[in-house]
Amino acid sequence: MQAKINWGARVRQMGPGLAVLVIGAALSMLSRDFLTASNLLNVLRQVSINAIIACGMTMVILTAGIDLSVGSVLALSSAVTAGLAVGGTYPLLAILAGLGIGAILGLFNGLLVTRGGVPPFVATLGTMAIARGLTLVYTGGRPISKMPAMIRSTGAGYITGIPVPIVIMAVVVLLVYVFLNHTPYGRFIYAVGSNPEAARFAGIPVARVLTLAYLLTGVLSALAGVILTGRLNSAQPTAGSGDEMDAIAAVVLGGTSLAGGQGGVLGTVVGALIIGMLNNGLNLLNVPSFYQQVAKGAVILVAVLLDRRRR
Amino acid sequence: MPALVEMRGISKRFPGVQALSGVDFTLEAGEIHALLGENGAGKSTLMKVLGGIYSPDEGTIRINGEPVVIPTPARATELGIAFIHQELNLARHLTVAENICLGRPPRKRPLGLVDWKAMRETARRALDRLGAYVDPDAPVGSLSVGNQQLVEIARALSLDARVLIMDEPTAALTEAEAAKLAEVARNLAADGVGIIYITHRLEEIFRLCSRVTVLRDGTLVGSYPVSEVTPELLIARMVGRQLTERFPKQKVPIGEPILEVEGLTLPGKFTDVSFVLRRGEILGVAGLMGAGRSEVMRAVAGVERPASGRIRLGSREIPLGSVQAAVAHGIVMVPEDRRGQGLLTGRSVRENLSIAVLESLVHKGLIRGKAERALADRLIADLAIRTPGREQSVSYLSGGNQQKVVLGRWLATEPQVLILDEPTRGIDVGAKAEIYRLMGRLVQQGKGIILVSSDLPEVLGLADRVLVMHQGRVTAELSREQATQEQVMRAATGR
Repeated sequence: MQAKINWGARVRQMGPGLAVLVIGAALSMLSRDFLTASNLLNVLRQVSINAIIACGMTMVILTAGIDLSVGSVLALSSAVTAGLAVGGTYPLLAILAGLGIGAILGLFNGLLVTRGGVPPFVATLGTMAIARGLTLVYTGGRPISKMPAMIRSTGAGYITGIPVPIVIMAVVVLLVYVFLNHTPYGRFIYAVGSNPEAARFAGIPVARVLTLAYLLTGVLSALAGVILTGRLNSAQPTAGSGDEMDAIAAVVLGGTSLAGGQGGVLGTVVGALIIGMLNNGLNLLNVPSFYQQVAKGAVILVAVLLDRRRR
Repeated sequence: MPALVEMRGISKRFPGVQALSGVDFTLEAGEIHALLGENGAGKSTLMKVLGGIYSPDEGTIRINGEPVVIPTPARATELGIAFIHQELNLARHLTVAENICLGRPPRKRPLGLVDWKAMRETARRALDRLGAYVDPDAPVGSLSVGNQQLVEIARALSLDARVLIMDEPTAALTEAEAAKLAEVARNLAADGVGIIYITHRLEEIFRLCSRVTVLRDGTLVGSYPVSEVTPELLIARMVGRQLTERFPKQKVPIGEPILEVEGLTLPGKFTDVSFVLRRGEILGVAGLMGAGRSEVMRAVAGVERPASGRIRLGSREIPLGSVQAAVAHGIVMVPEDRRGQGLLTGRSVRENLSIAVLESLVHKGLIRGKAERALADRLIADLAIRTPGREQSVSYLSGGNQQKVVLGRWLATEPQVLILDEPTRGIDVGAKAEIYRLMGRLVQQGKGIILVSSDLPEVLGLADRVLVMHQGRVTAELSREQATQEQVMRAATGR
C-alpha cells in the first residue's frame, strides 16, 4: 500500500513533465523549425513573463487563494516605470518605483483578504479594475515608448548569449523554490493552504503569511511588467490583460491544487512551458490565432481532467 | 410476526480497526431499545450500517422479515429508517416548515410552484404529533437545540419513519428538554415506531428503554430486557474489565502551581473561570456539550482572545489571545477536532511534526533539513507513531497515530502545560492506552496536563482533580476522591 501511494505521488509529480516531452516530441515531428536552439530560446523567452507571474500565483493558490489582479498590476507597474524613465528619472529608480507599485498593490490585496475578510476572488477582482483604471489614467490611454537602454536590456538584452528574461525567470524560480521549501514562511504557506484552522492552532501567523503571499505576487507581477516594458520598448495601457488566466492555467497544469496546500513552483514552470510550447507550436503550424485559443483551453481542460482521474 | 429490524452477523473493517465483527441486533416495533457501549465500541458504526452510510463487509439485514440492502441513506429513508444524528442535519437559515419538507416541498398545480400553505400544514401536523410547540415559520437557527431536535424528528415522521435511530440525543439538552424528548419517544413507541437509542447514560436506559444491547470493541456482548439488569451489571458488561486497568494512573508527586488562570471571561462563551494547575498534575475538565470547556481552553492556549482575565505561568503573565506567546511560555493545546483543527491535511508526517518549531531549526534563513528529519524521526520513535515513513501524508494514518502526530508536534516545543481536548475521541482502544501511558510519562517529567473529555470514566480514571463546567461557569471542583459519576453529572447539569 505504501509503494502504491508513493508511485501515485511520483506519477503526479512527473505528469506535467511527461506532457512537455510528449508535446515537444509531437511538435518536433510536425515542424522542422521547432527543435532548433534559436526557437527553443524563443519559447523560453516568451514563457518567462508568464512563468514569473505564475510563480507568484503559485504561492497565492497554495494558500487556497487566487489573484486576478496580476495583469493589471503588471500594466500599472509597466506604465509607471516607463513614465518615470521617459521623464528623466534614473532607470534603476524607475524600475524600483514600478516594483514598489507592485508591492503596494499586493499588500492592498493581502490586507483586503486578511483584515477586510473579503474573499480573494472578489478582493483581487476589485484591485484588477482599480489598477487597470489607474493605468489608463496615468497613460491617458496611449503607449509610452522609447525606453532608456537599461530598461530595454531587461527585456531584450542578453547575458552570455542567453536572453535576460530567461535569466531573471531562472533566478525567480530558484528563489521562490527555496523560499517555499526551505524557509519557515514558505512552509507556513503550505500549512495555511492545507488547513487554515489547524495553522492557527499551531501558532502560525496566518494573516501575515497570507499578506506576504499576495505582496510577493504583486512584486513578481511588477517585475514581469518591467521586463515586458523592456521587450516592447514601451508601456502599453492594455498590457497584461488576460495574463491572470495564463498564470492560473500554468499553476493548475503544473499540478498545484486550487484547494491549496498541494503543489509547487517547479510544476508551475512546467505548466508555463506547456502553454508556451503550444503557443509556439501552433504558430509554427500556422494555426490561426482564434483557433489557438480554443486549442489552449482544450489542452488545459484535458490535462486537469486527467489529473483528477489519477487522484 | 417478524421483527421490525433484524441485523445478523454484521462485520465492518476500517483501515487499522475492526469496527464490528459479527454483530447481531434485533429491534421490535413499539420498543425503545438502548444501544450501549463505550466510545469506539461500534454503536455508531452499527447504526451507520443500518442508516445506509456504511456498507457492511459481511452480514444481512431484514426489515419486517424481508432481506434488504441499504447502500445509501436515501434507501434507508425509503425503508422507513430515520437517523437523528448528534450533529443535527438542518438548514439553519430555512424555516421549521421548510426543513420538515426539505427536498420534497408540496407543489401547486399547474405551475409546480411551492404550496406554502400545504407545507405549513404538513409541518404543523408532524409537530402536533410530537406535542411540540414550535412555530413552523421560525428559522431553525433561532430555536433551542432541543427544539431543533424535535424538528428533525418531525421531519422523520413526515417521511413515515418506522425506525428512529437517535444518537446520544440528550447530550446537548437541558433537563427539561430531555424530559420532553423522553415523553415524545414514549408516545412514538406507543404508536408502533421502533426506536434505537444510542447512549452511555445509564439512568436514561432505566427510565426510558425496554431492552438494552451492549457492544464492546466491535462485538456483541449481549441483549437483555432492562427489567432483568442492574446498572452495575451493565457497566461490567460494557467495560469488560476493571476501571483501574483501563486507566493506568501513575502515582506522581504533585508540585507547585505552574499555571494560574484568573477570572477568564468571554461574554456568551464563559464567565469568570479561575483555576490552578500544578506540576505533575492531571486536571480533568468535565461538562456537557456546549458547557464552554473547549472555549475556555482555547482562550488559555491563545487561540481565542478572552474579554478579560489573567493567565500566569509561574510568575510571568502571558499576553492574551496569542498562540505564539502561549507556546513561547510553554502552554500548548491539542484541539478536539483532529482533522479540522489539528492536522495539516495532505502534508507529510515530517512537516506536521516540525511546523511549530521550524524557526528554531533555521540556520542563515534556511531550515536545516537534516535537523528537521532527525526531529521527525525522534518523535516518530518516541511516540511509536506507526507510519511507513516520515514522508507519508498524515491523511493516510489511523486516528490514533494522527493524534500522536499532533501531540508530537507540541512535545517538540518542550511545553510545561499540555491542554488535551478530547484526546481519545474516535480512536481505538489500543491507541487510547498508549496515549494514557504517554500522559503518565509527561506528568512524571513534571509537566501539567489539562484533560478535557466527554468520556466521564476517562476523566475520573485519570484526573487528580476534576473541574466541572456548566453554561460557561465552573460549577464544581472535585478531588479525585470526591469525584464520582453522580457528583460530576450533578454539577454538569447545574443542580
